[in-house]
Amino acid sequence: MTSRRTTRSLALPLTAGVLALFFALPLLGLLLRAPWSRTGSVLGSGPVLDALWLSLQCSTAAAVLSALCGLPLAAWLAAGAGWQRTVVRVLVTLPMVLPPVVAGVALLLAYGRGGIAGGQLEAWFAFSLPFTVPGVIVAETYVAMPFFVLTAEAGLRSFDRRYAQAAATLGASPWHSFWLVTVPMIAPSLRAGIVVAWARALGEFGATIMFAGNLAGHTRTMPLAVYVALENDTDAAIVLSLVLVAVSAAFLFLLRRQWFPVR
Amino acid sequence: MTILRARPGALCALLLLSLDACGNQAAAEAPVMVFAAASLSAPFQPLARAFEARTPGCKLELHFAGTSQLVVQVEQGAAVDVFASADDANMQKLVAAGLVGSEPRLFARNALAIATAAGNPKGIRSLLDLARADLRVLLCGPEVPAGRYAREALAKAAVTVRSVSDEPSVKAVVSKVQLGEVDAGIVYATDAATAGAKVAAVAIPGEHNVVATCPIAVLSKGRNRAVGEQFVAFVLSRQGQDILKSFGFQSP
Repeated sequence: MTSRRTTRSLALPLTAGVLALFFALPLLGLLLRAPWSRTGSVLGSGPVLDALWLSLQCSTAAAVLSALCGLPLAAWLAAGAGWQRTVVRVLVTLPMVLPPVVAGVALLLAYGRGGIAGGQLEAWFAFSLPFTVPGVIVAETYVAMPFFVLTAEAGLRSFDRRYAQAAATLGASPWHSFWLVTVPMIAPSLRAGIVVAWARALGEFGATIMFAGNLAGHTRTMPLAVYVALENDTDAAIVLSLVLVAVSAAFLFLLRRQWFPVR
Repeated sequence: MTILRARPGALCALLLLSLDACGNQAAAEAPVMVFAAASLSAPFQPLARAFEARTPGCKLELHFAGTSQLVVQVEQGAAVDVFASADDANMQKLVAAGLVGSEPRLFARNALAIATAAGNPKGIRSLLDLARADLRVLLCGPEVPAGRYAREALAKAAVTVRSVSDEPSVKAVVSKVQLGEVDAGIVYATDAATAGAKVAAVAIPGEHNVVATCPIAVLSKGRNRAVGEQFVAFVLSRQGQDILKSFGFQSP
């Protein structure tokens, strides 16, 4: 019996260990293959820093936009049931399952120069999103916002409404009670949603290259720079990948209490 | 319980049967993996069908992408039997890496053209027009053959053009012209001609044009190189060349 119990208690850590290896090996592959002697020269080049800076700016903008637009949406979704909410929830979740390249084509057809809404934008303001930095942010927000909305909605649904009711009996308006009671209490979910949306935006490739193009120093984010480097210089591509991995890992580590609340 | 016990045996039998079937198939007809430049996708599908029709039991698997991307995949160990490149430089990369098993042979030539929206609404007549400030022009990246050729042509015409993006394949340029996202793109004449009703082609005169030369070779790490050799011979044969001509390619 004891031995069986030991086996059982070991089963979970063992499985976890094997699976951790599954995720660790690709990273190890990059580390082992990295041309360490050339790292300095690759990193010191202007285009790499441009791409990294652009990536950080655009992914942060996408995360902030996701939170600003996503919170009212999540609040409405969590406020009830019914087919309208189901339809909207499916619409919002769709970018998570769409292959990013398809998302990029769909964005072109909607917000591109010849697109449904983009055609008007061009006609009225002589401005079009594709091949611009705002285009990068739109593409990243489109794929990243669902992560925020779903996390925030889950947080709102698990929120005990009696707190809001108590606030109301004490004279708080719904607006006040939402900002002063609900939001602080579901803050862990909101922070987790922002970090996950930011991480998704940082790694975004398919929708970006399709919708915003790929021009060095302009719309070429880190993932695109890795893709281009892969065709010119594999070593440089590996260095760039490691930079992206290191930056993402550092941020996720620093923000660990935000996206994984330890109770 | 008896059913449950019986199942593993039945499963094993099924598995063995299916393995056996696969084994036989593999011995008889391992598919020939063909990597070809994106610009070759139109003629290579009928080329492959014609080859399969005259060589019973052979199956070709075609994979198209920007030439430079295909080279990366081969360098990283993709088991490819035949490689058809859109330029010599990328083929030479694989030769230098020792990955080519036969002498590369030129099988087609292709001129460049300017692709515009149907009816050419912006009145683009030559490469010189591409420098106009009111135009949004798109090229492939300089590592992609079509991008390199396009830059050579622009240099010949002494025109400076700012591409709005470095696209990964010539087909990506064609599709963005089709979608109306850009006013013009420099592509192969064959792409502009086969792009459908939404695209018009503006010819580039000979003194500014650059003719792409496409080499084909059998690679050294393929699984069915013997049939690969036959396919290369077929592409170079009269019948193969006729198919290529019907899509606007010129003989080497």
